[in-house]
Amino acid sequence: MKKTLIALIGLAIALPVYATETITVYSARKEHLIKPLFDIYTEKTGVQIRYITDKAAPLLARIKAEGANTPADMLMTVDAGNLWQAAEEGVLSPVTSDILQNNIPAHLRDPDNRWFGLSIRARTIVYSTDRVQPNELSSYEDLAAPKWKGRLCLRTSKKVYNQSLVAMMIARHGEAKTSQVIEGWVSNLATAPFSNDTKMMQAIAAGQCDVGIVNTYYFGRLKKKDPNVKLALFWPNQDDAGVHINISGAGITQHAKNRDAAVRLLEWLSSAEAQQQFAALNMEYPVNPGVKPDALVASWGEFKADDLNVALAGKLQAQAIKLMDRAGYR
Amino acid sequence: MHETTPDNPALTPEPRASRLPGRLNKWHIASGALALLVAIPLLIVFSGWLQPDTELWSHLVETLLSQLFINTIKLVIGVGIGVMLLGVSLAWLTTRCDFPGRSLFDWMLMLPLAIPAYVMAFVAIALLDFSGPVQTTLRDWFGPGNFWFPEIRSTWGVITVMVLVLYPYVYMLARSAFLTQGRSTLEAAQTLGYGPLEVFRRVALPMARPAIVAGTSLALMETLADFGTVATFNYDTFTTAIYKAWFGFFSLQTASQLASLLLLFVFVSLITERATRRRAEYQDTMRSGKPPRFILQGWRGWGITVSLSLLFSIAFLIPFIQLCLWALDSIREEFDARYLGLLYHTLLLGLLAALLTSACALVLGFARRYQRDRLTTLTVSIATLGYALPGSVLAVGIMIALSQADNFIHSLTAYAGLNTSGQILGGSVFALLIAYIIRFMAVAHGPIETGLSRIRYSLPEAARTLGATPRQILSRIYLPLLRPGLLTAMLLVLVDTMKEMPATLLMRPFGWDTLAVRIYEMTSEGEWERAALPAITLVLVGLLPVILLVRKTLQDH
Repeated sequence: MKKTLIALIGLAIALPVYATETITVYSARKEHLIKPLFDIYTEKTGVQIRYITDKAAPLLARIKAEGANTPADMLMTVDAGNLWQAAEEGVLSPVTSDILQNNIPAHLRDPDNRWFGLSIRARTIVYSTDRVQPNELSSYEDLAAPKWKGRLCLRTSKKVYNQSLVAMMIARHGEAKTSQVIEGWVSNLATAPFSNDTKMMQAIAAGQCDVGIVNTYYFGRLKKKDPNVKLALFWPNQDDAGVHINISGAGITQHAKNRDAAVRLLEWLSSAEAQQQFAALNMEYPVNPGVKPDALVASWGEFKADDLNVALAGKLQAQAIKLMDRAGYR
Repeated sequence: MHETTPDNPALTPEPRASRLPGRLNKWHIASGALALLVAIPLLIVFSGWLQPDTELWSHLVETLLSQLFINTIKLVIGVGIGVMLLGVSLAWLTTRCDFPGRSLFDWMLMLPLAIPAYVMAFVAIALLDFSGPVQTTLRDWFGPGNFWFPEIRSTWGVITVMVLVLYPYVYMLARSAFLTQGRSTLEAAQTLGYGPLEVFRRVALPMARPAIVAGTSLALMETLADFGTVATFNYDTFTTAIYKAWFGFFSLQTASQLASLLLLFVFVSLITERATRRRAEYQDTMRSGKPPRFILQGWRGWGITVSLSLLFSIAFLIPFIQLCLWALDSIREEFDARYLGLLYHTLLLGLLAALLTSACALVLGFARRYQRDRLTTLTVSIATLGYALPGSVLAVGIMIALSQADNFIHSLTAYAGLNTSGQILGGSVFALLIAYIIRFMAVAHGPIETGLSRIRYSLPEAARTLGATPRQILSRIYLPLLRPGLLTAMLLVLVDTMKEMPATLLMRPFGWDTLAVRIYEMTSEGEWERAALPAITLVLVGLLPVILLVRKTLQDH
């Protein structure tokens, strides 16, 4: 009782001091994936963090409309394309920080330092262990081969993860070859594209098709719920481009009122201390090369990842969508 | 109150159109102000045309738009016919007939309204797709490929799901129309030897036309503006192009242009419908007693009971049970003390929005009743357009308007030598309520307008000659007679607000999470099963006002 009282009084004295520093975050990354880290940070430093969550595009529209009056210090999203677009529209400001430079590899942050990756999401091939041998698989491009006719399942082309994948393919191969690959995928489809990765994997497990393309954390979630599901991951393109990766990340806004505090939060999020949990909360991979992924994630094996700068995914996104529209990939 | 005049609409005196030609009165000003409130964000959406992106447009025209038009038209026709057939026949059965279980079905049939359409879509796909339990069981029994099963992710699948969640709009409006139809009219028809079907077709249906049209147009506006449901089916409609332009091509301008086309289409349809209805009046004697029900006996009665049970199972019970099962799986990690806050915010916002929006819609209803001129028809139509836009597009329009108002206030205070900064309107509860009013005006206006149209002009006229003040006329005549319509309006807005996602997400004050926000948090990363708990909480919260409404409206009759 006494202890609580002392703690409360201490808190009451401390609060007004800390209350001056509140960081405001607009986040397209879901609450349950950021709140645990914000709580740790608040406990550690006393800095309060308030946030709202929404999709990236409306949040970006809001920051633009609010202009100099925006309360947002930091914009957090789950896709490089969205960060790239926010930078293009001038709502993010460059940050010069040795800590961020050291913690985050160059291809996972903006060349002009306006945004920084905080976790890696790998988009890879998933297959039925019943009907497919891993040696039949080789690359994303190979899924366009006739041997996969009627055996491929895909998520909709409207999802940004597929748009980024195709954008990076355009960056590697150019438009003509990528176009052939996408047309091959479409003609191999066993059924209409799904609205989410989980449904697509369930279709493979149920026997509607044999292979698909999936973000690894969806696979992890399904595996946790149903450990016996007869699906496995395959790391494609190990002899050339590597596995397609995307990031979730953040940038500091142009009109941030608490710029220094927000930069310190960003630096902390890239630190070894935060990285492990930031990635583990959603079974993603840390961006910080010094941090190992979660044990379950590590059990899926190591892989060579694409090392082109993820900014390209944003730059080529419109081109990728147009290409998929023309190929009839819904 | 006994009415002796026959229910012939032609004998009801109608106030002269434009009694005060060329002059504005308080009704013009009131409805004009509400139209302005709605028009500002709509104009912001239309301002997208200032920067057309011809390259993106030619891409959309070449690759997508024709197919999207065809899909949208199929959807509108399917849903329109479906909700009308289902909504009207159910309303007729529960208000004018009697069969085993009727009083239960009366309110149970409203329940699907409380299930957000995209949640229903997800449940339907989870149950009926190839990998779902139904087809899996059939495969176990008959072997793969040895049986026929319809593809749920198809045009008919989307239409069915939409009809099942949207028919309550028609049902509820038609229901309150049938409930207020007087005894004498229907009895007269019955004495002419008409059976239940003919009374329905020749008398009740024509008199309920405004209500049916209002309910159907609400359902169709929601269909046209829907994104979540069609996205779950990966069924591409016009809104798909809107969101593709915005989220994919990062072109809010092109998205606004597409959205404004949608708006224009709805606007023209609404004006046309109002114009064709302008001369026709559908008034009825009130309180002339309760007309007798058609008693459906024997196999006919039980046949109805069985069919309605089946319908109720498909539209509500089975999805609800599935949600409960999922919720049980996730309740440990999902349920915590925060749910109290979620509930409180959801209910508070819902109730405030219901009251404010219905009050505004009442003003619109009276404006149109007393001012039957073109100007008022126009302002009322504009004021009810917020429902026809995809939620996110409207939310951004409102948000931009409020941010600009904030900037304007700052420049004013700076001029006055004061130094203000940050947000004043933006991110406040007030802003959010404004957004709900703009969005749901049509929802409240439908039942209120049809309720008003059934009140004879002679009643308040008579009261006035007896010396009643306007306030007395409102509280003693209009409000009691309008009760079913008003309650329906408030209930619809309440439930719609509780389900509302885009505006709530974008404009909520910090920490003001609602159940719908929680559903979004889960579904946006594909964790549909974890969204089940907030979803059933939403359904249960929506249940209370539904039951309340039914009890209240039945007391009156």
